Amino acid sequence: MNNFKILVNGIIKENPTFVLLLGMCPTLGTTSSAINGMSMGLATMCVLILSNFIIASIKKFIPDMVRIPSYIVVIASLVTVLQMVIKAYAPDIDKSLGLFIPLIVVNCIILGRAESFAAKNGAVASIFDGIGIGLGFTIALTCLGAVRELLGTGAIFGITLWGENYGMLMFVLAPGAFLALGYLIVLFNKITKKA
Amino acid sequence: MANKLVVSLSPHVHGGDSVQKNMYWVCAALVPALLCSFISFGVGAIITTAISVASCVFFEWAINKFMLKNPKCTVCDGSAILTGILLAFNMPSNIQPWIIIVGALFAIGVVKMTFGGLGCNLFNPALAGRAFLLISFPVDMTTWPTPGQGFGSYLDAETGATPLAIMKAAFKSGNPEMLKELPSFQDMLLGNTGGCLGEVCAAALILGFIILLVKKVITWHIPVSILATVVVFSGLLNLANPVYANPLAELMSGGLLLGAIFMATDYVTSPMSKNGQLIYGVAIGALTVIIRTYGAYPEGMSFAILIMNAFVPLINNKFKPKRFGEVPAKK
Amino acid sequence: MLVVLTVIAIIAAGVLASVNAVTAPQIEKINAENLAAGIKAVMGSDDIQVSEPWEVDAFTAYDINDANGDALGKAVVTTENGFGGPLKVLVGFNTEGDILGYTVLEHAETPGLGAKAGEWFQDKIIGMNPGKNNFTVSKDGGEVDAITASTITSRAFLLAIQNAYDKMIAGQDVTSGATKQADKADACEGHHCKGESHHCKGESQDCKGEGHDCKGEGHDCKGDHECEKVSACDIETPEVIE
Repeated sequence: MNNFKILVNGIIKENPTFVLLLGMCPTLGTTSSAINGMSMGLATMCVLILSNFIIASIKKFIPDMVRIPSYIVVIASLVTVLQMVIKAYAPDIDKSLGLFIPLIVVNCIILGRAESFAAKNGAVASIFDGIGIGLGFTIALTCLGAVRELLGTGAIFGITLWGENYGMLMFVLAPGAFLALGYLIVLFNKITKKA
Repeated sequence: MANKLVVSLSPHVHGGDSVQKNMYWVCAALVPALLCSFISFGVGAIITTAISVASCVFFEWAINKFMLKNPKCTVCDGSAILTGILLAFNMPSNIQPWIIIVGALFAIGVVKMTFGGLGCNLFNPALAGRAFLLISFPVDMTTWPTPGQGFGSYLDAETGATPLAIMKAAFKSGNPEMLKELPSFQDMLLGNTGGCLGEVCAAALILGFIILLVKKVITWHIPVSILATVVVFSGLLNLANPVYANPLAELMSGGLLLGAIFMATDYVTSPMSKNGQLIYGVAIGALTVIIRTYGAYPEGMSFAILIMNAFVPLINNKFKPKRFGEVPAKK
Repeated sequence: MLVVLTVIAIIAAGVLASVNAVTAPQIEKINAENLAAGIKAVMGSDDIQVSEPWEVDAFTAYDINDANGDALGKAVVTTENGFGGPLKVLVGFNTEGDILGYTVLEHAETPGLGAKAGEWFQDKIIGMNPGKNNFTVSKDGGEVDAITASTITSRAFLLAIQNAYDKMIAGQDVTSGATKQADKADACEGHHCKGESHHCKGESQDCKGEGHDCKGEGHDCKGDHECEKVSACDIETPEVIE
């Protein structure tokens, strides 16, 4: 599999949100607006690329028995670093994502890719896998955030299309997240199954 | 491709019963309540119901034809009309038309057709539509017109508190004196009080119940178990502390009668066996009183029914109806 | 096996420690800047001197002086449980206890509803005095319009400010602390009640003129005579939803 294929695979065939249904907590929790969804996706992508790269590079030295604890230490450190950097240099993102940044540690996409891809492939391929899956996640979260923001508040990326009075509040709240995600999966399957 | 031959298990005697027939009888049983509502709230009640029915039928037809590409006429079974009526009955009569259309799209499109249409839906479409609207447009859905403003009143109707709102206020302030502001039993019986357009007239709803019982469209189990539970539970609360309203007032206010008679009894979303129906009814009644008394909303009927809808498969699993001719196995 | 895990953990700890060393001062600086900007915003003035914070119970206050050292008032951080979680507000009072400004520091309210608290009250409560005005939502007979469909958030918000006032402004007046407290308690009930009955009677004129209001707030209006009874003063109309 060449690197380009790995990239596309992450976005479409193994899209973490629409196909694998991994990482549902941040997917449902942070997508109340398009910009929040996108920030969460990008933050996860950073961690994913780095963790894939590091794990693929050091996998030779890690005995099988302590594989998972080692991965978790690597991932948790990366997330903590990311959290501190965001707090220090992008306080606005920290405000809107808050609790969900530390929760990237337990996002099963990251451990899942470490276990199923980085542990079996080379460092460069793992970086591409990280970018592909990360992009797939970011795109999915941005779409979900955009749909919820549009239906819930009548705006998209903060730009008002129709008044907030015509927004359906349910889509900003948790039940709307489940609904919108379900219909996006339907749409995604419809498009990809045809192609 | 019409089904020319119907093969089914014996016995092969057709009772003359059909989905259509039942649906139209339920619709007919709702007519007295609609007339009552017209007298109380004016032409707004009729307009709201008409918009709701028309949009429900339209969405069902359009989704069936263009998305499911099903040649069968699912609109003809009358279930969309019934959903439309019930959805309208769960709204204030002065609601904006576009909100009704959004609610109808949700009820038919999301709750019913997504799951495969009549018979496959997990939740009662009209109630789920109402819950969606209540969460999405809390202000519009809880601004109830007051009755007796003439037959022309619609969007500009004056608004006021409902009996349930008064009960909740009394409970929250701990002052039983406030319950004196409740409308008289006579007003509640005749629909001379604020509320959703179909729920206010207790007498008309009870008349509808009698029609359904006489025509054997429904059995007594679900409505009676719900109503009895509410009376007993709220009666105990009332005895313990007079800030809780009189059980009779609880019984006649809000959507309790409408829900118990017409919505909890929906064939698709209620248990099949009699024992199952009794459990379902008792649970709905208890949940209703709990939500009414302690919840954030003044009315709990619709949420109680929706919650129990989710338990119906479980109840059906435990309380299976007896097979025809079945002899209980000896242990 | 043990060695590898230990090495990984040590490396990770080293990386974290060094990143923390770089970012910690920056984070602290941002927090301090946010607080300073917040205090300036709520005091409505840029030329201020901020004292060291002092605390009473869960409240934190800063004494604010102007550039010449004259007392301007106090900025108080106050927290109350909102609809979705703690609602943390920074509010500025002048020496009289009038509200100069406020900013919401932390909240977990519903977007589109309670989350509007940050802007909603800006033009409503500034200039009010929780000791003199009836500082509750109009549904409860007060003088402040609640956020549409978010009464719980509005109540929590106003209560947070009222508590801040009671504890840090009215309660800290050493010269007449005791009497003021007593007065306040008395005034609180009496004032509340009178405020309410006044409200009722004041509105009864409106009520007849505008049936809409009258029926909309059925309790308030009919409760006119009941307002004299103290117990009916704290009428709460039911929650709609947040």
